[in-house]
Amino acid sequence: MLTLNNVSLAYTNGKASVNALVDIDFQIEEGKSYAIIGPSGCGKTSLIFLMMGLLHPTTGEILLYGKPLLKPHRDTALILQEYGLLPWKTVWENAALGLKLRKVAEEEINRILERVFEELELTECIDRYPTQLSGGQKQRVALARALSLRPKLLLMDEPLSALDALTRENLQEVILKLIKRYQMTSVLVTHSIEEAVYLGQKIVILSSQPGRICAQIDNPEQGTDGYRKKTSFYEKCSEVRSLLEVYSQ
Amino acid sequence: MNSKMNKTLTYIAAALFLFVLWDILALILHNPALPRPIPALIAFFQIFPQSLWRHLLISTYRVLVSLFIGLAIAVPLGLYLGREPKLDKWLSPQLYLTYPIPKIALLPVIFAIFKIGDLSKIILIVMIIFFQIIVTVRDAAQNIPANSVLSVLSLGATPKEIYRHVIIPGCLPEIFTAARISLGTAISILFFAESFATFDGLGYFIFEAWSRVNYPEMFAGIIAISLQGFILFLILDFLQRRFCPWLYT
Repeated sequence: MLTLNNVSLAYTNGKASVNALVDIDFQIEEGKSYAIIGPSGCGKTSLIFLMMGLLHPTTGEILLYGKPLLKPHRDTALILQEYGLLPWKTVWENAALGLKLRKVAEEEINRILERVFEELELTECIDRYPTQLSGGQKQRVALARALSLRPKLLLMDEPLSALDALTRENLQEVILKLIKRYQMTSVLVTHSIEEAVYLGQKIVILSSQPGRICAQIDNPEQGTDGYRKKTSFYEKCSEVRSLLEVYSQ
Repeated sequence: MNSKMNKTLTYIAAALFLFVLWDILALILHNPALPRPIPALIAFFQIFPQSLWRHLLISTYRVLVSLFIGLAIAVPLGLYLGREPKLDKWLSPQLYLTYPIPKIALLPVIFAIFKIGDLSKIILIVMIIFFQIIVTVRDAAQNIPANSVLSVLSLGATPKEIYRHVIIPGCLPEIFTAARISLGTAISILFFAESFATFDGLGYFIFEAWSRVNYPEMFAGIIAISLQGFILFLILDFLQRRFCPWLYT
């Protein structure tokens, strides 16, 4: 679905050129869930922005459906760490924005949003502004905005990192359920080992400065019922932990 | 309703407090140039229906037209400068070099070129408030969170749509602040510009009463100019509530 061929990304810091990502060779297969994990400053966010078409590689190429990705594609949606909601729009207006930009008719927008809002238990919040919502509710609105576009590829940049432990687990369940129901391919960037193991069928480990793919681990039990409480979940977490310890040194 | 009543009561209390202060000051100074509030108010109510209303109307017209033109030129430019660092780098030095020039000193030049009429007064006010507005709006546009822009870009927005959904609404509260500051400035400059070679406007009215040593009438003019500022401020407040509802939740 999405291919990164020998991708590197450098940015200028004053007069010096700093490598953020180096030689990223990576294939995202349709229908799979990926989790990218690495230490702070390893270029995780840059990598997700490259996949979204918001950044362009310094060298190498990114192909979506075999064609170069030059700008955000309509099959791809992005959820940001700080939710990316506009404070001046109500919950409804925020969620409707993507559809509006695609010139979808008002009636159709209402029909789509009513369903998504019901699914995400947001119906009571539609007239509120983002400042009137809890962190968990804000992230649900961001999810609603993304889902209303029926994306085939859902990219998430540390979407739950600002939330408390319980809300976080609850939203992990919601995300898992929605990815299955909407049959989406997903890429999650996170610094939480448990989250990566819970949501990633494939776990990609990045080294820091410059970011480089060090290891890719299969996680075949991901998504099975009660995975969080299974011994295999803890074993996978400790495998990821030891790899991270090795590569962050 | 309760909060509206409270607000009105606060304004009435503040006005009463100012009148008491004025009265005490008039009693202490005991100078005909500072009459007590009651004779000034009597003069105001006597002369307002005769001629003062016409001067108030003319001055308000000049202030509003100047403010409108100033905003119409400086707001789009400020927004654009704030989002185009290359252009800002080129134009900022010119802005900073011309900002401190006391434009009021150019009044004789403006009078000489544009003759003594509404146009010259409006040009002078616009020249001064232009800088206040453009600098405030440019800074506001620069401070729009990158996350807001990125999230809307990821929905496939064009640059024009970014302005419409992110930059303009995001800067609206600061545009209102700039309008409020410029309103105060515009009233002061107009007072000065109307003080000579003119036969209408509140500046003319006040100076004319002063030259006749009619101090209660002069204070009637001062009350009118204060009321003008107060009412225009209230209108701006009302408009901000109407157009920035998210600030009041």
